[in-house]
Amino acid sequence: MRVGLFVVLLLVVTLVNADDDVYPEVKVADSYIELHTGPGAGYPVFHVVDRGDYVEVIKRKTDWFKVRTAKGKTGWVSRIQMEKTLTSSGEVAAFADPGLGDFSKRRWEMGLVGGTFNGETVMTVYGAYALSANLSVEISASQVTSDFSSSDLVNFNVLSQPFSKWRYSPFFTLGIGQITTSPSVTLIQVEDSQDLIAHMGVGIKIYLTRRFIFRAEYKNYVGFTSNDDNKEFEEWKAGFAFFF
Amino acid sequence: MEGRLRVLFLTTILLGTCMLLVSSMAWSADTATSGDDAAQQQVIQPQIERRTLDVDAIDTEDFEIAIFSGLYSTEDFGTNMVIGARAAYHVTEGIFFEAAYAKTDTSETIYERGTGSPPLLSDSDTILTYYNMSLGYNLLPGEAFIGKGWAFNSALYIIGGVGNTRFAGDNRFTVNFGAGYRFLATDWLAIHLDMRNHIFKMDLFGEKTMNNLEMTGGFSIFF
Repeated sequence: MRVGLFVVLLLVVTLVNADDDVYPEVKVADSYIELHTGPGAGYPVFHVVDRGDYVEVIKRKTDWFKVRTAKGKTGWVSRIQMEKTLTSSGEVAAFADPGLGDFSKRRWEMGLVGGTFNGETVMTVYGAYALSANLSVEISASQVTSDFSSSDLVNFNVLSQPFSKWRYSPFFTLGIGQITTSPSVTLIQVEDSQDLIAHMGVGIKIYLTRRFIFRAEYKNYVGFTSNDDNKEFEEWKAGFAFFF
Repeated sequence: MEGRLRVLFLTTILLGTCMLLVSSMAWSADTATSGDDAAQQQVIQPQIERRTLDVDAIDTEDFEIAIFSGLYSTEDFGTNMVIGARAAYHVTEGIFFEAAYAKTDTSETIYERGTGSPPLLSDSDTILTYYNMSLGYNLLPGEAFIGKGWAFNSALYIIGGVGNTRFAGDNRFTVNFGAGYRFLATDWLAIHLDMRNHIFKMDLFGEKTMNNLEMTGGFSIFF
């Protein structure tokens, strides 16, 4: 308990001390910038900073920057206005939005896709790491729910994206995983089954805006069951992902 | 003797002139090169000077993690305390994505209590857990005031998504929707109040659509 209190106290002290940090300064180059009371276009403007004055950039929330003026007033400035400021060495401050260029240079990607797996509802959450612009590795967890059973899938796959710079970028994928199926309790008490699966698939990633992409894919699975009777599954999915 | 001296004199002049010429040529070549350099630098310099401020070093607070607790009403199985956690990513000032996981207990049905019949569900099956991924929108962002000197940012948001509910031994595809209120005590600490409806089909006593209402409160930290 005492240790917990100490940790909380330490955390508070660290967070409070964070305010004493030295923040980067930018110079207002437009005729003025507007300070809003909150990080949103609807919050009222309560102060303006004139051309030539410096403001400190404290933090960012989505497209809004919290700044502090020389007189100690703090408020929120939109990214569009922040782009019209200069750094202390006289260069244009680039608070650019992530764009299509960043899409082809992304390293991490996370998303949620849903659809049908052999005609049943499937939901998948996945994470991907790009080894190069064209090749990435992915790990995903899926859940298939139906009236008769529910299945959990874990898959590991390699994904090739030959035209990574395109806004509409097709991909091919190959992978292996495991499927665990539990029959519905209201039907019959049968043992859970666990099988190895392999899959191949094709799909498309469409860059939407900022850090967002739309993803649609088709996968064909082969389940290696213990009784030498391989099962095939077809999966159609679509969803959204973000990269960073 | 005189002729020799003249030759020496002339040779000296000639050599001197040559040296002057060569050195002046070299000098002019030098200036030409430095002129080229200047021209080249002018071409390259704007690109070098467009170094940007390290935007990545600015602390961004687009992620949010929360813990919450409240009441979850399982249709036919009573209302019980629910406890859970959420994580959100704020895409714009209006839109955010949220993932949630929570756990609640359920009570005996009226039938079990009324007839004194043995329990319908085994102990482990009475626990209900759910997870979901939802999309939210800050419908009414604004400020809340306490007295004269305090103003706090707040937002009323609507939210909806899909997920899974595990109850009575089975997984069930679940749709959720609702609304919530976020009150920011500081830039990084918020208080939440949430109302949700979780809808899924259950076939325990013949197929039935369950509408499970949930009311929770919690804290969240932005980072």
